[in-house]
Amino acid sequence: MGSVHRTDGSTLLRDVALVCLADGLVGAAFGATAVAGGLPWWVPIAMSLIVFAGGSQIAAVGVVLAGGSPLAAVVAGGVLNIRMFPYGLAVADVVDSDREVSGSTGSRRRWWVRLFGVHVITDESVAFALRQTSQADRRKAFWTCGVPLFAAWNVATAVGVVAGSMIKNTHAFGLDATFPAVMLALAIPTLREWRPRTAAGTGAAIAVALTPVLPAGLPVLAALGGLATIWRPRRGAAARESGMCPNPDGQPALRADSREPDDATQQGGGDGAARESDDARQRADSAAARRETTDSGRLDADNACGLLTGGER
Amino acid sequence: MPLVAILALAGVTYGFRLAGPLCRDRISIPPAATRLFADAATVLLIALAATSALTAGHDFAGWARPAGVLVAGVLAARRTPFPVVVIAAAAVTALLRLGGVH
Repeated sequence: MGSVHRTDGSTLLRDVALVCLADGLVGAAFGATAVAGGLPWWVPIAMSLIVFAGGSQIAAVGVVLAGGSPLAAVVAGGVLNIRMFPYGLAVADVVDSDREVSGSTGSRRRWWVRLFGVHVITDESVAFALRQTSQADRRKAFWTCGVPLFAAWNVATAVGVVAGSMIKNTHAFGLDATFPAVMLALAIPTLREWRPRTAAGTGAAIAVALTPVLPAGLPVLAALGGLATIWRPRRGAAARESGMCPNPDGQPALRADSREPDDATQQGGGDGAARESDDARQRADSAAARRETTDSGRLDADNACGLLTGGER
Repeated sequence: MPLVAILALAGVTYGFRLAGPLCRDRISIPPAATRLFADAATVLLIALAATSALTAGHDFAGWARPAGVLVAGVLAARRTPFPVVVIAAAAVTALLRLGGVH
């Protein structure tokens, strides 16, 4: 991962094929596990068609299969898809219209093509798009990944549904281990940083500890309380942040003094220096908000994509 | 899973996807918020992985499933291709059960 290269057509197609293969396997496991767990055949198929977001589909079905309420399933699946928002910002110019190429009189894409383009915003298609430099290449990469991936995911889900309804004893095949394995594999690239690692470790402990006592579905949502361990509103940015993303516990500024190894503190040596460069970083942050959004979208999406194709890019 | 729940999840998901292209000229997300979204997703994924690996209903799921998931986690951390990770999880769990470990 990491090296940005201009993909020629055949490299792009090969990488897309690999991603489709990997996701197809996950889609098949999703379809099989869902029906083997007792859901009607049309549930995984409908989800793959109209939700088309692997992690959240698996999460939602996982909550329901564990006995959780549909509402808890929707919340868990929905939170996982918030990342689509920054993704959408990052690839807006290639899914939306041709206006930068053709101007106001030129051919805008048909409305249904644009709506479908929005639907195929995924970790993978965004990763492929952001790896390119020119807008034309980015558009080509986005669509070349998005459309086959949509087809592969849905065909694979259907195959999985058929297989799952034929296999009577899914436990013997270990299919029940595929859901947690997929979610773990999706999350692992993000665990290299201490923030998500701390929050996720705490959250997982909360969820497992509460599982024996809470109704199914709720322990996973309670895990979001793990975010409190890394919550650190900064002066000046606090109001803006809390307006944008309320503390999941509904409590103000829990453990505001975090143990974050602050670059500024280490380099500056004193509190004054730390505060000064903190403020400077804050200003830089807001100025570069757009770019950073794109960058972090690239990071997440790149992780997902590298993982799917074996990490060597 | 009722149809209305599927429609709700689909609507929420499409809404998040559509918001980016609609808002791109008008909005910038504070980096702190972007980080929080990403962290929230990680927390949920790991919590789901942990609970669905370790528990069945309100009880312990047995050793075979968490063992398979653990192997998958190690492979994923070593950047093993995704299909191998998924197959390994199922294979380890299935073999353990075949050997009498549940």
